[in-house]
Amino acid sequence: MVENKTVRLDRVIVRFAGDSGDGMQLTGDRFTWESAANGNDLSTLPDFPAEIRAPQGTLPGVSAFQIHFAAHDIFTPGDSPDVLVAMNPAALMASLPLLKPGAEIIVNTDEFTKRNLTKIGLTASPLDDGTLANFSVHPVGLTSLTVEALAGFDLGKKDAERAKNMFALGLLSWLYHRDLAATENFLGEKFARKPEILKANIAALHAGYNYGDTTEDFVVRYEVAPAPMPTGTYRNISGNLALSYGLITAARQAGIPLFLGSYPITPASDILHELSRHKNFNVTTFQAEDEIAGIGAALGAAYGGALGVTTTSGPGLALKSETIGLAVALEVPLLVVDVQRGGPSTGLPTKTEQADLLQALYGRNGESPVAVIAPKSPADCFDAAIEAARIAITYRTPVLLLSDGYLANGQEPWRIPDLDTVPAIDPAFADGPNGEDGEFLPFLRDPHTLARPWAIPGTPGLAHRIGGIEKADRTGNISYDPDNHDTMVRLRQAKIDGIDVPDLEVDDPTGDAELLVIGWGSTFGPITAGVRRVRKEGKKVAQAHLRHLSPMPRNTGEVLRSYRKVLVPEMNLGQLALLLRGRYLVDAVGFNQVRGLPFNAPQMQDVINEMLEEVR
Amino acid sequence: MTEIPLKAKDFKSDQEVRWCPGCGDYAILAAVQSFLPELGRTPDDIVFVSGIGCSSRFPYYLSTYGLHSIHGRAPAIATGLSVTRPDLDVWVVTGDGDALSIGGNHLIHALRRNVDMTILLFNNRIYGLTKGQYSPTSEPGKITKSTPAGSVDRPFNPVSLALGAEATFVARTIDSDRGHLIDVLRAAAEHEGTALVEIYQNCNIFNDGAFDLVKNPQSRDEALIRLVAGEPITFGDRRVVRDADGHLQVADAGEPVVHDPTDLELAFALSRLSGSELDHTPIGIFRQVSEPTYDAGVQQQVDDSATEADLRALLTGPDPWAVS
Ligand code: SF4
Repeated sequence: MVENKTVRLDRVIVRFAGDSGDGMQLTGDRFTWESAANGNDLSTLPDFPAEIRAPQGTLPGVSAFQIHFAAHDIFTPGDSPDVLVAMNPAALMASLPLLKPGAEIIVNTDEFTKRNLTKIGLTASPLDDGTLANFSVHPVGLTSLTVEALAGFDLGKKDAERAKNMFALGLLSWLYHRDLAATENFLGEKFARKPEILKANIAALHAGYNYGDTTEDFVVRYEVAPAPMPTGTYRNISGNLALSYGLITAARQAGIPLFLGSYPITPASDILHELSRHKNFNVTTFQAEDEIAGIGAALGAAYGGALGVTTTSGPGLALKSETIGLAVALEVPLLVVDVQRGGPSTGLPTKTEQADLLQALYGRNGESPVAVIAPKSPADCFDAAIEAARIAITYRTPVLLLSDGYLANGQEPWRIPDLDTVPAIDPAFADGPNGEDGEFLPFLRDPHTLARPWAIPGTPGLAHRIGGIEKADRTGNISYDPDNHDTMVRLRQAKIDGIDVPDLEVDDPTGDAELLVIGWGSTFGPITAGVRRVRKEGKKVAQAHLRHLSPMPRNTGEVLRSYRKVLVPEMNLGQLALLLRGRYLVDAVGFNQVRGLPFNAPQMQDVINEMLEEVR
Repeated sequence: MTEIPLKAKDFKSDQEVRWCPGCGDYAILAAVQSFLPELGRTPDDIVFVSGIGCSSRFPYYLSTYGLHSIHGRAPAIATGLSVTRPDLDVWVVTGDGDALSIGGNHLIHALRRNVDMTILLFNNRIYGLTKGQYSPTSEPGKITKSTPAGSVDRPFNPVSLALGAEATFVARTIDSDRGHLIDVLRAAAEHEGTALVEIYQNCNIFNDGAFDLVKNPQSRDEALIRLVAGEPITFGDRRVVRDADGHLQVADAGEPVVHDPTDLELAFALSRLSGSELDHTPIGIFRQVSEPTYDAGVQQQVDDSATEADLRALLTGPDPWAVS
């Protein structure tokens, strides 16, 4: 037994990297839960290939999971990892450029065979040729140690080797003083029907932990204290899960059934999977024959009085355009969730991007305005879903919710809301005639919201006919009248423009910054982290973040015009910047990157500093 | 709730009907309006969903709830409505272009799922609303504006297609045969699951006389085969028999095949008796079987999810922690 000393750290970034089949996502996920249970603030970034089993041992086949956990609040999954767990040569080489100088590398030496090295074009092993000179390397035979630890089990070699990720998790858990109980419970559920595999995984987990305890290779252990957070009950949550829960909660607050019509697509499918498990909340899920049928069925359900939702990613949104247009014309509540990924076309299915903004706003024929909202963090997907439902139902309109791959799969701690504080949503179904002569006018609008009645089939006396053809104001009858069309186009736009959205809040601590950084969606984390770093340097910078992209908050122009410079970082080629420039006549400057990865804090810090140079 | 039985006029809307004079759609509309009172429901409990095309204007002319949607998508929209509102009587009105071309995918999937709705497919074998291009049911070699040298593609047979998707109710009828049309509508409306009714409909502007062979008194006895469950399949002085290999054949003599709408293979063979030339055209109910509906299956799962809906517990999850 070695006496290890424990070093207290403020924050740590760990990256697990291995082959697609090595279970790195699961390992990272479990380590995330342990960090959450430890009270750390955290942010994660799964980074995996689109192929289910990409060629083994190759660079494109590397699947990684990065977690940033800290004793204070953090906003990004971190830039340069402090610790790398590399399961094979490809994982090591793919991750090496990312690492901090001096980073610790726990590397599975068993996989550094000639064959595996050749697969990535190496002739000498990076373990021996000085490649890792600037790092602190812990060579561990993860595979062989796992197989050894499981010698007494009734398992094939393959199954035994497969538990090596639990060995690695055990070792990391030891390194950071983590409790194994929660992971044991998790494994217990996962392998409930495979008792031998369950025992083996738990044994591997403990073997990894004990290895840390006994080997002399690790002289220090680390501790990251819990982050101070507002009081409450917390859990860990990913964006797709938070979004699913938000949808269930919204339907419940409206007292109507939830209907999801969807077609499987990465990275949105998990919402379909999740909702399909909660039928007891009056949830119906429909796996449609295609994207168009997914939204079509959702529209049919909405017409019938349900909260109709469809979930997709960019290519699917393209296919749904015509039906969104129909929902604009019919003026029925409809929620369209686009979990954005790299495009165009199939693009980068498992990588993040936010280049569907203009598609969401304008990607339809005719003047076809919709409400658009974007969550800013994984946990915020819960609130954004409820807000989207509120707008859809109140204003009888399609609402596009723009999440992205980073939010969908990334996790963070979430303070579970008190349900009593979530406001009710009134579906306000029409229940009788609204015309002066006792007739029903399906397009007579509420003077305040401009919303039309939601008169669902089965309501006595309100039977009416509507469709995608232009309708006469008030009566909803077919109308080809030029003036009426002009009126209706303007009314539909005015309805969206008049949606009640909160003012844009600006974070400008001294009140006299000259540069405003404004973003939307998932860039909130990195922008906030970058702004913090710049302020720590003693400089002034203001920050604002748009949740509502359509309509934009009423004070947006005023806010933009009160700064000398406006910087808009986006994971696209400048879509929000285009809107801000066009709409508010401000010289908004974009910072744009489309690498399939979120921005990181140092990058934001640099960009802000460059802009501040210009302000001088 | 209406006490007095409703009449056809109670199902007419106040909208002016805008089909071309002489269009077969008028006869279908009149037949549907006169049949709807039989459902014993008020117009408020009935929904007609349509796509795009001449036939898809249908809902505007009924006093029921009506949704005139987009091209080809009516079955998908009606699926969402039917599944969430089992209390409603859901109908789809579509055409050969709408259902078999742009919306082919939705049609076959609605049929295979057996969603509880009745689909009326008006087949005029032409595109009417876009002014006369050939359709997926047009006969090969059709000369139209878009095919001046004749169409090259082979047509769909809607009944064969529906049977291929294992639709649980498949029938064919004709716009001008009001009695037959209403009989088929009645059976279709009673059917639980997706009922597909192909209605031969004359487009007198762009494809006039497309079904004359089976309509004209001079020719129809030789061409039209009326299917009646449990009865020998005979027409004129001819009959449908099985040859030595068991294949169906039209013959002058021999033991006629007895129609059995529960026999999928027979139904399919009957649908193949003639190609697009219509020389031996069965009408009536090809297939009628009782299978679980999609709607009921979905509802069953909701009913079976007996666990109490505790939202707080769901949000909290298995591993919460407290910060105090
Ligand atoms: S174009 Fe043909 S199908 Fe259309 S309304 Fe006129 S006659 Fe009827």
